[in-house]
Amino acid sequence: MIRLLLLGFLLLPASVQGYSLSPQQIAPGVYMFEGATEHFTRDNKGDIANTGFIVGEDGVLVFDTGPSRNYGQSMRLAIATVTDKPVVAVYVSHHHPDHFLGNQAFGDVPIHALEHTIETIRRDGDAVTDSLYRLVGTPMAGTEPVEPGELVTLGRQTVAGRDIELIAAGGHGGDGHADLMLLDHASGVLFAGDLVFHERAPTTPNAELGQWHDALDRIEELDFRVLVPGHGPPARGPEPVQQTRDYLRWLEEHLHEAAAAGLDAAEVMYLDLPDRFQHMGVLEQEYRRSVAHLYPDIERATLRDVREP
Amino acid sequence: MNKLICLMAGVCLCLVGVAHAATEDPMRSPGWRIIEQRFFADQTVVFDDRVQVLAPQSAEDTFAVPGFVRVDGIEDIERLVVITDLNPIQRVLEMDINDAVKPAVGFRFKVQQRTPVRAAVQTSDGTWYLGGTWVDAAGGGCTAPSTASADPDWANRLGEVDAALWARDDGIQRLKTRLVHPMDTGLVDNIPAFYLETLELLDEKGDVLTSLSIQAAMSENPVLSFDLAVDGPVRLQGRDNQGNRIRGMVEP
Ligand SMILES: [Zn+2]
Repeated sequence: MIRLLLLGFLLLPASVQGYSLSPQQIAPGVYMFEGATEHFTRDNKGDIANTGFIVGEDGVLVFDTGPSRNYGQSMRLAIATVTDKPVVAVYVSHHHPDHFLGNQAFGDVPIHALEHTIETIRRDGDAVTDSLYRLVGTPMAGTEPVEPGELVTLGRQTVAGRDIELIAAGGHGGDGHADLMLLDHASGVLFAGDLVFHERAPTTPNAELGQWHDALDRIEELDFRVLVPGHGPPARGPEPVQQTRDYLRWLEEHLHEAAAAGLDAAEVMYLDLPDRFQHMGVLEQEYRRSVAHLYPDIERATLRDVREP
Repeated sequence: MNKLICLMAGVCLCLVGVAHAATEDPMRSPGWRIIEQRFFADQTVVFDDRVQVLAPQSAEDTFAVPGFVRVDGIEDIERLVVITDLNPIQRVLEMDINDAVKPAVGFRFKVQQRTPVRAAVQTSDGTWYLGGTWVDAAGGGCTAPSTASADPDWANRLGEVDAALWARDDGIQRLKTRLVHPMDTGLVDNIPAFYLETLELLDEKGDVLTSLSIQAAMSENPVLSFDLAVDGPVRLQGRDNQGNRIRGMVEP
């Protein structure tokens, strides 16, 4: 419904809908587009996640495609300012809309993803696209969810002449293999997707916290030199992993303590948050969303069956 | 959607009709004139910051938005009502307040669109004191079937009562309960209204501590929190609009 209404805006000048993406080089032949550490707004056009690309001998590899068709098209224009090699493969980290709704702009390229990602986009793609139209508006014009067509081959492999490793983990996008990471061995750049957040509070709509912690432990064991988180600035060390782990551990303990004290969910949403997390973007909003996601199950465990016949 | 259009049309008519005589709403809700006429006609209404509603600014799950009412420093409260101005079903719950039951309640509600959620408390002299907050909705919580309606097992679980009591340092006993019920609004095609409509809390001797009247604007499998000024076990008993009864007894 909202999407149909917005078609009326398609005639607006391209500049209104455009994104001015400039590639940030983080290692030889490796670039990223850094999103705002914010929530979806009309002002930021939904550009809140990091995407990136790697220039190989025979072509370009793209990691995540952003929140809209226009964003994906802007990525391609920006890539063309760096190299005239063709994009030969796209990898989608997980099923959240800020990471895959630019797929439409790569219709001529194989798009690879985990089975969980493909199935979830098939099932929920329309609904999440609708909700982004509501939140972001005009920059979404023309965007439709495109399901990745290729089941990703995991492990170390050479693609477009580049020695890369595709690693499956879980915990952020959901249960099991729901999050895909890409490690470029020559440069040591790890695209970690949303398993890692940096200077921005993690989101938890599909979180499986135990698996997420396992994934963070695994990331620290990987041989990377530059870490590109799903959201927030890149880093030359493991600090973003530690930051994500610290926040998620605190969150889980804090919610269990609140439930053990009998607090209601709305009361928990308005508790004070520790100083050490105040530097994170959208801390209060994400914390309150996490209460909505995680607290119902945690508080349920504090209640017992008191039914009488 | 039709319901909403009707509601909005009503709002406009009402604005024309009674604007000059009415109380100014600090929340500037387009639904306030209707709410005022429907719930507070010819009564004294005071907007008062001491009546607080805690709720998220934006609903993560429009079928289950947490809300909590707390009131500090208003004496002799006898009634507490929770109202969402711009939902098809505006009243969420209504309950008695007295020496045994503090003016505080936690609940989960459905939102159809961006709406104020208000608490109104009435003191013994008849005055209503109101406070509230806006909640934004991304989806339409009131007109899609709740998940329980699609769950073939819900009928077996209907009437389940989970609960616990917490003795707090301030002498208040917190009661939290979860009641299994689909809470169907009747606004979705082919699913009749089916919801818990009353809940009573009683003490060990069987004396009623408070009675609640509940609407289907409350979420599926309602979770409710209460602050009691009495110790000891609490009995819960309720009934839905088809006459099914629920009963539970929670020990400290
Ligand atoms: Zn994500």
